[in-house]
Amino acid sequence: MNDVILSMDGIVKEFNGIKALDGVSVDIERGGVHAICGENGAGKSTLMKVLSGVYPHGSFEGSITLEGSAVSYSTINDSERDGIVIIHQELALSPFLSIAENIFLGNEVSRGGVIDWNQTNLQAAALLERVGLDESPATKILELGVGKQQLVEIAKALSKEVKILILDEPTAALNDGDSAHLLGLINQLREQGITSIIISHKLNEIRAIADIVTVIRDGQTIETFPVEDTDDIETRIIRAMVGRPLDSQFPEREPDIGAEKFRVEDWTVHHPVDTERVVVESASFNVHAGEIVGFAGLMGAGRTELAMSIFGRSWGSGISGRVYKDGTEIHTRTVGEAIRNGLAYVSEDRKRYGLNLIGSVTVNVSAAALRKLAKLGIIDRNREYGVADDYRQRMNIKTPNVSSLVGNLSGGNQQKVVLSKWIYSGPDVLILDEPTRGIDVGAKFEIYGIINEMAAQGKAVIVISSELPELIGLADRIYTIAEGRLTAEVPRAEATQEELMRHMTAARNQGAQAP
Amino acid sequence: MTTTTPEQAKAPLPPNPKSSKRRMRVDLRQYGILAALVVIIVLFQILTEGRLLYPGNVSNLIQQNAYVLILAIGMVMVIIAGHIDLSVGSVVAVVGGVAALSMNNWGLPWWGAVVLALAVGALIGAWQGFWVAFVGIPAFIVTLAGMLIFRGLALVLLSGGTVSGLPRPYVAIGSGTLPSTGTPDLITLGIGAVASVAVIVQQLKSRADLQRLGLPREQALSFWFKIAVAVVAIMYLCYLLAYNRGTPIILVILAVLVLAYSFLLTRTVFGRHIYAMGGNLNAAMMSGVKTQWVNFFIFVNMGFLAGLAGVVSTARAGGAVASAGGGYELDAIAAVFIGGASVQGGVGTVIGAVIGGLVMGVLNQGLSILSVDAAWQQVIKGLVLLLAVAFGFSRRKGAR
Repeated sequence: MNDVILSMDGIVKEFNGIKALDGVSVDIERGGVHAICGENGAGKSTLMKVLSGVYPHGSFEGSITLEGSAVSYSTINDSERDGIVIIHQELALSPFLSIAENIFLGNEVSRGGVIDWNQTNLQAAALLERVGLDESPATKILELGVGKQQLVEIAKALSKEVKILILDEPTAALNDGDSAHLLGLINQLREQGITSIIISHKLNEIRAIADIVTVIRDGQTIETFPVEDTDDIETRIIRAMVGRPLDSQFPEREPDIGAEKFRVEDWTVHHPVDTERVVVESASFNVHAGEIVGFAGLMGAGRTELAMSIFGRSWGSGISGRVYKDGTEIHTRTVGEAIRNGLAYVSEDRKRYGLNLIGSVTVNVSAAALRKLAKLGIIDRNREYGVADDYRQRMNIKTPNVSSLVGNLSGGNQQKVVLSKWIYSGPDVLILDEPTRGIDVGAKFEIYGIINEMAAQGKAVIVISSELPELIGLADRIYTIAEGRLTAEVPRAEATQEELMRHMTAARNQGAQAP
Repeated sequence: MTTTTPEQAKAPLPPNPKSSKRRMRVDLRQYGILAALVVIIVLFQILTEGRLLYPGNVSNLIQQNAYVLILAIGMVMVIIAGHIDLSVGSVVAVVGGVAALSMNNWGLPWWGAVVLALAVGALIGAWQGFWVAFVGIPAFIVTLAGMLIFRGLALVLLSGGTVSGLPRPYVAIGSGTLPSTGTPDLITLGIGAVASVAVIVQQLKSRADLQRLGLPREQALSFWFKIAVAVVAIMYLCYLLAYNRGTPIILVILAVLVLAYSFLLTRTVFGRHIYAMGGNLNAAMMSGVKTQWVNFFIFVNMGFLAGLAGVVSTARAGGAVASAGGGYELDAIAAVFIGGASVQGGVGTVIGAVIGGLVMGVLNQGLSILSVDAAWQQVIKGLVLLLAVAFGFSRRKGAR
């Protein structure tokens, strides 16, 4: 290796006697993009927290060497002073402050405690240009989408004269367009001599952008190798991550498609605040028993809005249209009514809409179907426990017992808890919104298996996903949605990423009926 | 709380937690508040040279602080759901006024006054619940307004000053006792024996359930120690009461409330929905919980219990004044937080709130016996609240 800017050697970090990191060693080359890969729980985030001083020097074994000299950080501020900046998965911006205020938060351009607003805005504007964000520095964060917020985070990092930029799952919440922009930006930063460490699950991104990849598994370094833009690289990374070659990313399935189970006609939804704005425009679709139907659309196309408005009008205003199950019209005006009519909706945002993180596995699994466990409003807690434990085993939820708090589980296991909750509610129509977001490869495979099993039981399954390979691998039929309209219906045999993307970006027809 | 790294959570826990330290910590978390109560009782017992637990003083302690316990039971539900209720002190005053006037001026029998008072309390709760649940105004604002509104109404209602000379059966609710067989009162001792057996049976049953379900149980030693402490406490209390005037009626009311509301919170769908909403309101909504109605009934219930507290405190005082119930809301809120509830909602128990209320009560009583100046009593109560919550906070952080 030629020019190593940072090297971590033999890092061991324990929590309560359990080794999260067990002798990890990584050398980062100056001016490159170094990807760190591994399943959830492999130790990637812990490693980055060790590096950035979140876990102070002395709380772990091993050494960190920056530009030839050993360093020991006690706080994040120490590492930032050396130019190591970490951008976390969950963005840490203050929503009511402006872009400029956020960029210089804790690092204000001031004289004697008085902020120099002209300088602040001037410097912020320059930084925004550097990251390619076309917004005024005075814009409040809450007016920005996640993609733009990510760029503000990077601008903030640049303001600190960053040498090593660490990005933890930077594109997890971004749509394809924003992701592409972000990856382009990382490329630019490389040209400016900034070293990047990127933690990602998305192998195609790693393939596109990284120079070197290090795979971590069970707290140990498995392999470090240069990245070439070939399919073999993805296979090699997957093999290193899971410790075995994945023959297929999707479990085998023989579709057994029956009669029409679920039909939506002429569904129109308006924005909840801006009630004039049409978000979903006369969408009509159907799902058969035993069928898995995919919904492909870019972020903001109206996928989630469509699903949530059908599920008890949980989103939007001025909703019109008809919903049929088994040929009879049903109403889904409240969430309770939707559940009683056999609908289930697994949200894309499990922490916000799916789980009570300070509740146990048991209370989460039973949450949507307490009526089934209660007589005269009194819960049969032994039966409730039995149900939860049954799902723990069936879904392979990794937890010491079902009394453990859901907040202590890993992402994949949390997702299995949400799925358990909705499967236990006994739905005929299961709507899954981004069911594998932020989940590692192994857990993904298990969740695909669960989805297939639901279809095999004759349920109508709808899968909304941003990952096109996932939809193509899973669905029997895929609807594409763009700007609130269903633009195409593609059978599995004809589905390619290019074909889908073409419909997902289909421009609105000239003279389409505007409200 | 959720700072556990995924790495930790994913690693399977050792099947047998290797040290008993781990269990001790669990026990401490559960019984920390109770231990604090015991420490405070012992401390005051020493400071007052044994006067705190004189039979007469124990009776007094229960009767004088019943209002905090009743209000704390309602308040813990409000706080678990993520709200707050600042109006209960004013509601106590206005309901107490209605009850007293209905007997003295409107000719209602004592039981009619009680029913009317509870109904007025529930109605006031419905008023506040309407604004919180269906209009969506934060409870802090609604009940701050309620605090002014109902205090004002109490002043209007009781413009003639104190209404006193209430019927004897009504006054007995606050200061009477069950029939007694003399000294010692065998009925009280009998109640104590029944309660002790009930505690043992219930604890054994829930322990057996845990074993059957394969859930972690506490060690036998600590389990039996806990039961022994509970039985000794119950029997000692009954012994003290038996050598005074017998079982206070209010103690029976309190026992029924504690059992009923513990059951409501831990065993019913309604109770579960309250915890679910406090834990994650959005997730509860998306699981089909009728969050508006749950919120509404939480406040109706709070109003109902505030009405009961109004009855109890007028009965105890033997009359109604417009200034009654001043600061009661703060006592109740303090009791709930001392009892381990979380400011963010989603966490809390009826038993915890009641123990928190008893901590406040013992402080009141002990400091009064020591004739500590009222001003200093407030300072001390404030410090205890702060320390109790800080202690709970550090334990929670330590246990992650």
